[in-house]
Amino acid sequence: MNRKMVLSTIGKILILEAILMLLPVITCIIYSEFGPLVAFLKSIAIAILLGGGLVALNRTKHQVIYAKEGFAIVGLAWIMLSVIGCLPFVLSGEIPSFIDAFFETVSGFTTTGASVVTNVEELSHGILFWRSFTHWVGGMGVLVFIMALIPKLSDRAIHIMRAEMPGPVVDKVLPRIKSTAKTLYLIYVVLTAVLTLFLIAGGMPVFESILHAFGTAGTGGFGVKSNSFAGYSPYLQWVTAIGMLCFGINFNIYFLILIKKIKSVFKSQELFVYLGIVLLSVASIALNILPQYSNFNDALRHAGFQVASVISTTGYVTTDFNLWPTFSKVILLTLMVIGGCAGSTAGGLKVSRVVLLFKNIIKEFKKLLHPHSVNIIKSDGKQLNTSVIHGVSAYFAIYFFCFVGLFILISLDKYSIETNLSAVAACFNNIGPGLADVGPTSSYAGYSVFSKLLLSFAMLLGRLEIFPLLIAVSPSVWFKK
Amino acid sequence: MNIVVVGCGKIGAAIIENLIAEGHDVVAVDHNEQVVNDICTVYDAIGVTGNATDCNTLTEVGAANTDLFVAVTGSDEFNMLSCFLAKKMGAANTIARIRNPEYNDQSLGFLRQHLNISMSINPELLLAHELFNTLKFPSAVKIETFAHRNLEMVEFLLRAESDLCGLSLVDMRKKYNANFLVCAVSREGEVYIPSGDFVLNEGDKICIISSPAELNKLFKTLVPTRRQVKDIMIAGAGKTSYYLAKMLLAAGNSVKIIDNNKERCEELCEALKGAVIIHGDPANEEILLEEGISSADAFVALTNIDEENILLSFFASSHNVLKVVSNVNRRAFASVAEKLGLDSIFSPKKIVADVFVRYARALQNSLGSKVERLYKIMDGRAEALEFIIKSENELTGVPIKTLKFKNNVLIAGIIRKRKPIIPSGDDVIMPGDHVVILAAGHRINDITDIIK
Repeated sequence: MNRKMVLSTIGKILILEAILMLLPVITCIIYSEFGPLVAFLKSIAIAILLGGGLVALNRTKHQVIYAKEGFAIVGLAWIMLSVIGCLPFVLSGEIPSFIDAFFETVSGFTTTGASVVTNVEELSHGILFWRSFTHWVGGMGVLVFIMALIPKLSDRAIHIMRAEMPGPVVDKVLPRIKSTAKTLYLIYVVLTAVLTLFLIAGGMPVFESILHAFGTAGTGGFGVKSNSFAGYSPYLQWVTAIGMLCFGINFNIYFLILIKKIKSVFKSQELFVYLGIVLLSVASIALNILPQYSNFNDALRHAGFQVASVISTTGYVTTDFNLWPTFSKVILLTLMVIGGCAGSTAGGLKVSRVVLLFKNIIKEFKKLLHPHSVNIIKSDGKQLNTSVIHGVSAYFAIYFFCFVGLFILISLDKYSIETNLSAVAACFNNIGPGLADVGPTSSYAGYSVFSKLLLSFAMLLGRLEIFPLLIAVSPSVWFKK
Repeated sequence: MNIVVVGCGKIGAAIIENLIAEGHDVVAVDHNEQVVNDICTVYDAIGVTGNATDCNTLTEVGAANTDLFVAVTGSDEFNMLSCFLAKKMGAANTIARIRNPEYNDQSLGFLRQHLNISMSINPELLLAHELFNTLKFPSAVKIETFAHRNLEMVEFLLRAESDLCGLSLVDMRKKYNANFLVCAVSREGEVYIPSGDFVLNEGDKICIISSPAELNKLFKTLVPTRRQVKDIMIAGAGKTSYYLAKMLLAAGNSVKIIDNNKERCEELCEALKGAVIIHGDPANEEILLEEGISSADAFVALTNIDEENILLSFFASSHNVLKVVSNVNRRAFASVAEKLGLDSIFSPKKIVADVFVRYARALQNSLGSKVERLYKIMDGRAEALEFIIKSENELTGVPIKTLKFKNNVLIAGIIRKRKPIIPSGDDVIMPGDHVVILAAGHRINDITDIIK
């Protein structure tokens, strides 16, 4: 284990976080909020001291990292990022409890959007900005951001990228990691800017537009209103719904469009399955909830928005779906688990994994019927290596076990099965609002300290796809040579 | 530049590593998925699995827009076809590995011309050249040549018994009264470009640059006991052995080749007139002794197995063979063997990588003064480069001492009209000169890169 390299990379990330905190500082200055301003300046000082210390103490010539270091860097970085990131909330006194603030920050960086704040309107602009900005940074990944900036991280930095980017296989779109990271961020920035303009055009105030664009781009879900999107016009709701769907799509697709390889876009099976699931869910929910609304347009809009919000794991809402029939709620719960496409900012199991699992089942069926038959699994017209399929099966297994483990532990708290199940599903898959007592109109404030820590852990597990975090916290990686 | 490398074996990996370190964008292609994955994990390249003579694969790797297309698989014919297709699709330059002796005679020019291949590369032949140079100069570890052999650079290790230990460079020059320059010293993993008061120590690896005649004179006084190599024994009958034996025989040496592949022995017997071919296991002590290893002047270990080469070399050293040279591909093995006392270790990988780095730099800088030759020395920590000064620039026409150089850069030699000059502060660079530069820690594309 190259501990020095791991720790110095963490140091660099903390310094980056300090730099990122300059944006909320500017916001505080614009809105003349001096209390939060001091809190941010203090947090920046702490981040720079800690990060600078880690970098200075861990200078090393031996810069090679292997898969193990890649996982450890990513796992540890996200924990440290959240610990430092929650300081502004605590120091400004707007979320005084450290555990609450930690939960809120983890929820931000992992783009979950689960909140312990009961009245969002009371928060200052600076704090609101930071809360939403964590979504945007966490969406594409902090380490990918670092890789786009730092000239040369390490020869084998691909290990870090693999650990942080969601999905069964990580494709570089360009030969260099640095240029790949830059391109991804460029696409990300442009799409966010476009969305902001569309929101502003719909009459949303500029500050709110920017924050909602952050929340949508990162597929997070923090907003500025307690009732989320319920108060906005149908135009804004449609724009946001389409925005959320777009950020749930694999970014490689945008890259292919950028380099004008439109043909390859149509080869992407994941994209079509994703859109198919969306259409099917919207249709069935719209019909199911039709009796509750005055006209079909409203039903379609609410169904579309909620489906887009849940499958992209964002978590904005336009209506309290707790009041919907059970069938619709179960569909939403299923969509939570499926999640968006690999290589997007969305969470969940990922559509590509679900597709592969299905194909594997079909293959096993054929094998049972014709024991001597030879079957291969193809994806986007290319034969898939069996190791990828094994990886996906193993991931599904550990996903399931983690889910059950978290569900059992959360049941120690006082809530009903429906609340707990949906809370775990919503946090583990980075959606945000669940059902019943953690539904769209309520918050996670009622959970105990233990449950909040557990759910924070669940969010990190979900965002980093389990393995990096488990590896980062397992002692054997750190102490055994 | 965008570079596609087809074939990710030993040679391919070495090329990819060096080109990425040079800052190029590399696409690695191989038909074996596992190999491609391994390459992409270790190096910052993008990988494509497929057949590089297939139109679809060539389209996928973007052959049409590449600046350089390199095919270095094990098959000459595959490489030629792949390069030909890539060129037709629009690749700007193509390099094919062509190593079969049958293609490397008169037909090579014909092939290259008609297949439109910019350069063909033959690692075995390059290695044989390098080995041949070293055998001619038995006291040196390695020897590199510049400007049609008008200037040579010799790398050698200072042993405890050497007279040079404890001598400063100024004193050394006075003592030996020859026209030479100590241009680089490697000590404990650091490379120094030494000044006059630098004191040499035991264990230093030093580079001396001078004309061949002066170097001969210097080495005669430096190590008087060493004699010329005449009688050479080669273990292994691969392509390198064939090329090397051919050169050695032409230079009037006696050559003995040992291999345990009967067919190959017969082939060589037919191809090499005058060489003694022994059919037997080169790792068999009896055969080596019987064939007179103790009376050989030089032993060259060229079997396919690194471990065998290293052990055979030690065996030869223990029988007081004057010069022992071995081919070791794996870098870790090479450094261990070097620590244990083998000094002349070669690898075709490294030689090929040097060629590619030079070629890529020359391509990038096709307007200015091109890199004519490039050698990575001292385990790749320093570079020796040769440039031709085509026109007037900042460097020409003024005494060298008035120029402001970057740190760790040195003008090591000037060749004017085939006459070598070891430069002093008063010398002037003129258009038409060949200039040899030594640089550590810089990437020199153009001759003007050496000044601040």
